[in-house]
This record gives sequence, C-alpha cells and structure tokens, in this order.
Amino acid sequence: MAKLPAPVADLIAQYGPHLNYAPPGGWQDESQHPAQQLVKTHCCFCGQQCGIQLKVRDNQVIGFEPWEEFPFNRGMLCPKGVKRYLQGSHPDRLLDPLIRGEKGFRKATWDEALGTTARRLREIQESYGPDAVAVYGGASLTTEKSYLLGKFARVALGTRHIDYNGRLCMVSAGVAYKLAFGVDRAPNPWSDIPKAQVLLIAGANIAECAPITTDYVWRCRDNGGKIILIDPRFTPVARNADLYLPVRPGTDVALFMGMLHVILRDSLEDREFIQAHTTGFEQVAESVRSWDPRKTAELTGVPPDAIERAARMFGEADRAIALHARGIEHHSKGVENCLALINLALATGNFGREGAGCMMITGQGNGQGGREHGQKCDQLPGQRSIHDPEARRHVAGVWGILPEEIPQAGYTAVEIMEAIHRGEIKALISACFNPLVSLPDSNFTREALEKLDFFAVTDFFLSETAQFADVVLAGSLQEEEEGATCSTEGRVIHIAKAVDPPGNARTDSWIYCELARRLGKEKFFPYSCPHEIFDELREASRGGIADYYGITYEKIDRQLGVFWPCPSLEHPGTPRLFEGGRFFHPDGKAHFITAAYRESGDPVDDSFPIYLTTGRVVSQYLSGTQTRRIGALVDQYPEPRVEIHPRLAGALGIRQDDWVVIKTRRSEITLQAMVVRTIRPDTVFIPYHWPHDRSANRLTHRTLDPRSKIPEFKVSACSLRKAAGPPDWAHSLVQIGHRGNGGAR
Amino acid sequence: MFGMEFYVDPSRCIGCQSCLQACEECETHRGYSMIQFDFVDRRESTATAAYVCWHCDDPTCAQVCPADAIKKYDDGIVGSSLKPRCIACSNCVLACPFGIPKLMAPQEQMMKCDMCYDRTSAGKRPMCATVCPSQALAYVRPEQIARDRREKPVNTFYFGNQKITTKVFMMTPADEDSVSIDVADYTWENADALVRQTQ
Repeated sequence: MAKLPAPVADLIAQYGPHLNYAPPGGWQDESQHPAQQLVKTHCCFCGQQCGIQLKVRDNQVIGFEPWEEFPFNRGMLCPKGVKRYLQGSHPDRLLDPLIRGEKGFRKATWDEALGTTARRLREIQESYGPDAVAVYGGASLTTEKSYLLGKFARVALGTRHIDYNGRLCMVSAGVAYKLAFGVDRAPNPWSDIPKAQVLLIAGANIAECAPITTDYVWRCRDNGGKIILIDPRFTPVARNADLYLPVRPGTDVALFMGMLHVILRDSLEDREFIQAHTTGFEQVAESVRSWDPRKTAELTGVPPDAIERAARMFGEADRAIALHARGIEHHSKGVENCLALINLALATGNFGREGAGCMMITGQGNGQGGREHGQKCDQLPGQRSIHDPEARRHVAGVWGILPEEIPQAGYTAVEIMEAIHRGEIKALISACFNPLVSLPDSNFTREALEKLDFFAVTDFFLSETAQFADVVLAGSLQEEEEGATCSTEGRVIHIAKAVDPPGNARTDSWIYCELARRLGKEKFFPYSCPHEIFDELREASRGGIADYYGITYEKIDRQLGVFWPCPSLEHPGTPRLFEGGRFFHPDGKAHFITAAYRESGDPVDDSFPIYLTTGRVVSQYLSGTQTRRIGALVDQYPEPRVEIHPRLAGALGIRQDDWVVIKTRRSEITLQAMVVRTIRPDTVFIPYHWPHDRSANRLTHRTLDPRSKIPEFKVSACSLRKAAGPPDWAHSLVQIGHRGNGGAR
Repeated sequence: MFGMEFYVDPSRCIGCQSCLQACEECETHRGYSMIQFDFVDRRESTATAAYVCWHCDDPTCAQVCPADAIKKYDDGIVGSSLKPRCIACSNCVLACPFGIPKLMAPQEQMMKCDMCYDRTSAGKRPMCATVCPSQALAYVRPEQIARDRREKPVNTFYFGNQKITTKVFMMTPADEDSVSIDVADYTWENADALVRQTQ
C-alpha cells in the first residue's frame, strides 16, 4: 500500500523543496574558476523553448549566457529561464535510486531498484492482466524519451494505458485542430505575429505563461496592428489592447459564435475562401444565427457594442491572427471553444498566408513534440491514430512486432487515476509528472495513490507525488541527455547534453532500456544513445502527419531548427502550413464544425455563487517540482494568493492580506487575499503551482471534455468567507520578502 | 557597444522581473541586482516598471559625493562608487532624483547599474536588455528605435527647478493620455448587480 512512508514534514526536511539561491561554489566562485564551456541548448521550461547557453565547469552547470543568434528569442529569457541553471547542483537533487522502507526512503542500488520494479510489474500483470499497469509520461521529456516511453508501455509492458500530462494542458486545441485541419500544430511560425493587422488573444496570459511571445505582440502593435484581448482578468498585455472583452468564465464559445454572427450579418466573411477551401460552412452559419450581440452579451458579460467592434475588427482585417491558450482549452467544452475560434478564422479566410492564422500557444516544454510520437493514449509515432490499421502496420514494422501486438487506445490521464481509485489499475510507472499537484480534485488523487499496489517514479527531485512511490528511479534533467524537442512553432530543435547526471542518477532512456531488459524485451530496446532512438523515431514517423524523417540533429544545428513536416533529407521543413489553401484532411479542405454552449460541469448556484478560475504565475512552472526549489523564483511569488475584485471583497468584508476560505463542492483551502481591480467582480483566481493545503486543485473538479478528456480547470463554482485566522501552513512558513505579489501587500 | 543606446519603455513592461533576476548574474556584482522594479499600484492595475540607472550627463550622485567616489567615464556611463573611496554616507542615495543608487550594507559601498560595463565594453549588450522578453528595456541603435517604435524617446527630465539630461532614454506615449483598467467598467452588467448575484 502506497501510503506515505513518513510524515510529509520529515520527507520535506530530507528531500525538499529547499531553496537554492547561488551557483555551485557561491556567487564569487566563477571569477576564480571560470566556465570551461558554453553549451548552446534550450530552456527546459515552457513551450517557447528559448535558446540559451549554459556555462559548464567540472560537469556542473554554473550559470547561463544569452544565445542571441537563436531566431525565436534572440537572447530573451523569462526569469525561469534565467534561473533554470540552479537545478543540477541543487541539494535536493536525487543522486541514488530510493526504495520505500519502514520509516522513509532508503538508498538502493540500481540492480535492486530496477529488479524490484520489474518483478513487481510482472507479478501484477500475471495476476491481473497486462492492463493492470499504467504509464504516465510528461511533456517536459524530450521527444526521444517520449517515444521511448510510448514504445516501452506498448512493447515492454503490453499495456494500453499510457498517457501524459499534456492531457492537462492543451489537448483540447490538439483535438480541435485535428478535427478542423487534419493536423495538430500551430499553422504559423511566430514571425507571422508582427505581420498581422489584428491580433485576437483569447484565454492566453502571454505575459506570464509565454513571456517571449510578448515581444512579438508588441512588434505587431508597433507595426500598427490592433489587439483584441479576451480574458476574465486584465492581464499585463491587456494594458495595451485596443479592445478588452472581460468574458465570463466558461462562455468563450458563445462569444466566438456571437462574433461570427456579426461577421456573417455584415457580410464580412471571405466567400471565395470558404467556397474553395472548406466544408461545413452552412451548418456553422446556421448554428450562430441566434447568437445576436444581445443574447451573447447576456451570457458572456461582454457588452454588445464590444462584441460588434471585435467582430468588425477581426472581419475587416486582411490579415488577422487568433492566438489562444489554456484559457479556452481547460473546459468541459474546450474542444468546442477552440472549434468556434477556428471557425472565426476560417470564415474570414485567415489561413495559409503570412500574418494570418489561428495559433495555439504550447504550454509545456515539449508539449508539441511529446504528444506527436507515442505517449498519448490514442496516438502512435508521427501523430498517427492508433485506430488506423495502416498506421499500426507501419509502426509495428519499425518496432519488429505484429500489428495486433500493439495494444488498442487506453485511458487518458484523469481516467487512469480514476481507474486506480476504483481498483482496476494496480500499478503505475510515472516519469516527470506530479499528478498530486496538477490533476483536478487532489484529495481524490491522494486517495488513488494510496490504493496502488505498486508505484515507481522516475524523477530528478522527490515531487509530492513521488513521496508515495515504492521505488524512485533517480533520473536526469533536460541538460543531462541529448535529444530533440518541438517548440510552440512546430520547430524541432536540438537539446544538447551539457553534463552527465550527478552521483548515481542515470539518464531516463538508460532507465527505461534497463527496465525493458529486465522484462525480457531487450531486443526491442537496443539503443546505446538518444541519437539511435531519434533515428528510429524518424522512420516510425515517416509518411505520418508529423513526419520527422528528413530531420537530423545536424540539420537542426545548421538551420537553427527544422519545422515539421519534413519528409526527406533534402526538404527544408515547413514553417507555415496550409499555403495555397491545402489542409491535411484527405479532401484537402478545412472542416467547419459546429460548436454549442453548455453549462460548466461545476455550475454556480446559491451555495457556490462565485466563479473560480486557475492558472499560472510567471515565476513558477507547472506543479513547481523544479521552480519551487529555486530561491529567487520563490521570492518573486512565494505562496498562492486569491485575486478578488475590490467590489466583491468589499461586499464580503475582505481586505487586502486577509485570510480567506475558498470553498467548492470538493474541499476548501485558506489563502491570503490579493484585492485587485484586474479581475471580473464575480470571479476569483488562484495560481495552481503549490501542493497540499494551499493547492488550487483541491478545489477543482474532474469533469472532462467529452472528446479531449481535458479537465475543467478554468471554471469551478466556489464560495468565499473571511477566515478566523491564518491556516496551519502559514505558521510554518519562513517569511520572505514578497517582492512579487505586486507590492499589493 | 558603439552606436547603441539604452531605451526604457514601461508601457511594454509585463512585470516578469527577468531583468531583476538576470542582473544579479552579472560579473561585476554577482548575487546583487541593480534593477529598480515596481508594481505601480497592483490593486489598480497590472502596470509595472523596471528601470536601470539613467546615467545623467551631469550626475547628481557625483555632485553630492563628499569622497569623490563616483565617476562618469568618457562614454557617458556613470559607474558604481569606487570601493577605496566610498565612505557609505548615502548622500548619493538621498540626492539622486531617480532613486537609483543603493547602499550595499555588507560591502559598505554604494552600488548601482553601470550598464554592465564588463559586457558593453566587450561588445555585448547589457544583461537586462538582452533577456527582457517585452523589450521594455532595449539596447539598440537609435535608428532602429525611430523606425520600429510608436513611442518617442525622451531624455530630458525636470525635477522642480532641476533639469536633467540623461544618456538613457525614456519612451513616452504617442497619443493616449489615460488608461482605464477596472474590469467592472468593461462588463455589460452593472458591477453591483454582478456582486449581488454572488451573495
């Protein structure tokens, strides 16, 4: 039984998070012992995948230097990128495999850790069948590791249950783009953004979640471009928007349909484009007929004249780009939100041209590449459908197995946790995924983790989830193994190895190949280096949608990235999709697909009358496994706060810094109030990067989008009340200067 | 770097504090950030501002220094105080109209932005302007600013009767004279009604 082996406080005392502030040897050390090497690579954090140079000395990363030649970010970095180098030498770093003991974890040899893992997995599969074991992957892993994990699950374990934390990120966008265009990728390179005449930014806090994109947005504005920003919060980019639409959480689809209504009413659509390059327009036109500005305003809370203006700005522009992110994707109708936005861009003919498009902004580091090659439950390498007999034949051929030996599609990430909770899945192997913090309804997640018969984790720090493990396999940071990732632009880039894993930690691919060997599947995993995995992946993706066949590490270095599809070694790559109006469906057309408004899975009512929405802050990344250990980043925004509009705060007698109980139908937590005029008065916001009794995901719910199976992080119903005093967790905090949090303190 | 100038544009600033984090990675003052960063009024707005030293043509800090510890170099950069001369009296900290110099207690020395002298003298851009994701801090050629930006660079400031001209430029708004930022003003429904419905 996977209960915690020791009290949380003891585990934290030993394994952190502790705060690391200074490079190895201290701040003054570099002047005595300068770097021996500058390694050109990329930031390990978000989907922007900025180029960066790591300073290396004696097998340690000791600092960074901007990499101004890399075209995407030209030296720019957000604070996470600036401080990312502090992880390798971090005192919390796992240097040995661990095995759960009576009073905590004990160090183990690799032989014991891997032997135990293989034996337990085999026992459980013999007793309960192959699908009793599930695999969780992470979108921070390189494409090689993601590919390897997919093959490991399907070939070494023979389970159909493998999914990844991208399921919590942007999978609604991926599903919508596949439905509409037949391909899951932002169709334009970022260099198109400054060339748009109108930018419609929907549900994307670009300043905090994709900071480098800000420069592209500002350059668009410098060029005379107009910005429409749709968000329940007045995010930093909103300050320069020409039009701000404060959409009520959960009503984006209605807003987009209302805008399309105006565009069609005023004949601003591109008839020629619709005729030549799309199908399904008439049904969509019919579906928006009733969404006049007045009805749309009543539901969305956006004034009718603002809806009219937004529609006219978007419809009248020759070149418009819609940019979107988690704000419209994390919904029980996330796919429909994206489809409705795509319909706007299709109806106005904004595809296949410079400065015109509909673009998702990738959240996680390798969110794009990680889902293209096999750790998604329904996809095989090359973005191929696991249901497609031809795809199964091709991939089985590359893997050296029979097509029928490839398991069918399994459960998605949240469904896997639910199957664990009901006892259907008995064992879990997880790599770079911290579901206790990142899945919705974390009390449920904790209960599920406690029910596992066996749980193995590969990670470089002991995350809150890893504390529940039976075996912890000390893996590698991004800079400790060569590989490739795919950035938000669809640009495949090269991750250089800067250092070896420290101590007895091992590269992730070594760990999975060794496990496969102990499971008797050695001949399918003969790789001696990531290069060999990449070469096999190129073959596996060949002829698929995400065709990597023509991409090599050398070509990436030469061109500073290669945009897929790249079907041959001579092919330069494809920065912009759909040129000439050719889409990826067999009929070559884009498909209009109707969307409809439905209420959230956790509707507001008299008991829970306030909308709760969750998201990120700029100084933290995802579940915080990495960034909650970096001192300067923690100082910038030390603990989660709840953002409340002064009118709502006033009505409830809540003042700045008061402790507030936020309660939903699942649970309640107590946080300090941040009273700001930059949020709708009927909505509160909490960032989600923290665990336990200050975790936003204790409050969120498990309603999933029926098609993408993404959870509805962006809309829950809650109530607020002033707390009697600080919660227990606040007493144990070391009070550090809140130089972040807006001085709103 | 020859031909480059420094431009500060708070209207571009997104409050990410990358400048502040990167500054302390600089060779001459590792572990200490010289960036001035503020949320203007977080209750009212997401507006933020990050500043470097303005490098005055006739620096007030140097004028008031009793120890003659603050020097302006030939290229117009005003350095941190000279360690052997600085007596940590804080005259410069109090006198600077921009509030830039900081007294570093452990060293008993005034330190401030020297525009990354170690980097700019070696042909590199200052750390903050290199990493800044919004280019609110930019180190570029004047002709590029004139070509690309809507805002106007200004380097003349008045503080009461004191007129100051600086090496660093401030970008000033092209047209708008005020920006409203209460989300309640943008909603269709009456904001009081929105709150009543949550009670």
